Amino acid sequence: MHNNTPHITCTRDAAHKKILVTLSGCFCRFDDQNQKQALHQMVTDNPHNTIIVHSDHLESWDSSLVIVLTSLIQTAQQQKVKLDLSRLPKDLNALLTLVFAVNRHPPTAKIIQSDFLTRLGKAGINCYQSTRQGLNFITDTLVSFGRMMTGRVVSRPIDFWFALEDSGPKAVGIVALISFMVGLILAFVGAIQLQTFGAQIYVASLVTIAMTRIMGAIMCGVIMAGRTGASYAAAIGTMQVNEELDALKTMGIPITDFLVLPRFVALIVTMPLLTLLADFAGMLGGAFVGISMLDIAPQEYLKYSVNAFNITNFLVGIFHGFVFGIVIALCGCYYGATAGRTADSVGVAATKAVVSAIVWMIVLTGIITVIFKVIGI
Amino acid sequence: MTDNKITVKNLSVGYGSFVLLKNISFDVKRGSVFIIMGGSGCGKSSLLRVLTGLNAPLGGSVWIDGKNLTTAPEAEKNALMRRGGILYQSGALFSSMTLAENIALPLQQYTDYSPAAVKELVSLKLNLVGLAGFEDFYPAEISGGMKKRAGLARALALDPDIVYFDEPSAGLDPISSKHLDDLILNISETLGTTIVIVTHELASIFSIGTDSIFLDADAHGITARGNPKELLKNPPNKIVFDFLTRGDPHAQKPE
Ligand SMILES: Nc1ncnc2c1ncn2[C@@H]1O[C@H](COP(=O)(O)OP(=O)(O)O)[C@@H](O)[C@H]1O
Ligand SMILES: [Mg+2]
Repeated sequence: MHNNTPHITCTRDAAHKKILVTLSGCFCRFDDQNQKQALHQMVTDNPHNTIIVHSDHLESWDSSLVIVLTSLIQTAQQQKVKLDLSRLPKDLNALLTLVFAVNRHPPTAKIIQSDFLTRLGKAGINCYQSTRQGLNFITDTLVSFGRMMTGRVVSRPIDFWFALEDSGPKAVGIVALISFMVGLILAFVGAIQLQTFGAQIYVASLVTIAMTRIMGAIMCGVIMAGRTGASYAAAIGTMQVNEELDALKTMGIPITDFLVLPRFVALIVTMPLLTLLADFAGMLGGAFVGISMLDIAPQEYLKYSVNAFNITNFLVGIFHGFVFGIVIALCGCYYGATAGRTADSVGVAATKAVVSAIVWMIVLTGIITVIFKVIGI
Repeated sequence: MTDNKITVKNLSVGYGSFVLLKNISFDVKRGSVFIIMGGSGCGKSSLLRVLTGLNAPLGGSVWIDGKNLTTAPEAEKNALMRRGGILYQSGALFSSMTLAENIALPLQQYTDYSPAAVKELVSLKLNLVGLAGFEDFYPAEISGGMKKRAGLARALALDPDIVYFDEPSAGLDPISSKHLDDLILNISETLGTTIVIVTHELASIFSIGTDSIFLDADAHGITARGNPKELLKNPPNKIVFDFLTRGDPHAQKPE
């Protein structure tokens, strides 16, 4: 056996009720469960004995030995075994004293195991409270909007222009690109079916109707939720972490005026315009497929597109874009403003903002579609 | 009118069912430098948030100049909150605005000063905290100590009666921290402002504190109160003594 191998030797002197534990070798990264178990067994088998720990041949040690000794001390206490550690190196003994010197306990935050009904009740209360908080936020934003109309709002025009630039011109590229691709995909998928009837010319109508009625707005909404909604939540959430929101509150400046309104107004201005852009980029994508791959004559394609274009559909799409703008701004700002105070809560806020914005957009699309159906649009 | 600026009655502070401080009462004399001390996590910042009206207490009330801040209706509460300026642990400057814009914000919001007057007031406040000429700097462009000074300038913008500080010297080197203490003392003396400071910095506690309370996490309340120097001479319990001497029994008593 190599000299450096850590070894715990236990010898028992039954007559004097003594156990001699000798530590030898190098106890670094020591993790020999058999030896640990043997030591434990020795103590539990011989209650009311005295254990003397020797370490004359102990060469070096780290925390792994401290663990062995702490568990030895604990077992010894349970078994009423007397433990003599005085022969251990001074620094090791000092460390052990430190380990057991911890006399503070976590604050009395009682974790009460509650029954099913209590938890259900609590969930209900939470749900009620967060709904109320959300509605309050929406009301506050509308009140701020009203104040803006009467010119009594506390916000800086520069913040609005900045938000406008960020959610407008800077988003044009990505919205145009993705919508072009979506138009392309719609045309491809449609063409496969329509070609079997020799009716590929109707690809033009399909793409035009789909993009203007809803797809343009949806694509815009999803892109802007991920791009701008998340950035709103992160920006405002970071201000929460930096206590900037507290500073605003103590100055009596409403967050909805100062932080939410510029972003909110910027998005409801840019979203309908971006939807318009998405509509046409999508139709362009469709035309690209139709003309270059399905061999439809450009004039023909244009003619069918124009025929399928319906101003009501188009306005419905733009209206969706407007509603989505409201949803994205509200979700982004709300989750930012209610973020926690730690660094990771900013990430959580951004995620919640995007997910909830997308969910609400889909839900509202359903509701709007039903309403329009009923009133016949 | 009494000479109590802030009166706290049977205040309980915590979050939901998690109680940090139970039924504490104390008052802060007008013009005093009042220190709130206690170990980390005992609820000092939470207490400060209740004192300033940012959070609602679990129970009890906070009175400022004899007016109940806790039950005041929204508008009156906002007016009371505005009597106090707060210097946050991080300075809490708005990062998208220059220092001048930061300080001008409360002025534009609550006063009818002309833009020229606002500009002059901003310069005055910056001079007051030793940051003359830094009007057009953004918070990211200045050091931590300067951020705290700028935060203080903003806190002083509306000439508050009370200024609250949350660990003003945290993260500052000893010299900057000493300068900030001098500044606090200056403001208290020249403007007669009541100062409430949360701090563990022993040097600050002894050099500027005129009154103090000691919060204890296990007792959920105040275990000592009085002038810090007096507390050191006659410590009411071991924890306070250890705190004020850093646990060193041979510590030098302040001059
Ligand atoms: N918003 C909160 N919700 C729940 N618990 C909190 C919240 N803020 C602080 N706490 C808890 O309250 C305790 C005291 O916090 P704090 O007042 O910041 O202490 P101190 O400033 O004295 O160090 C901590 O244990 C902290 O976890
Ligand atoms: Mg704190």
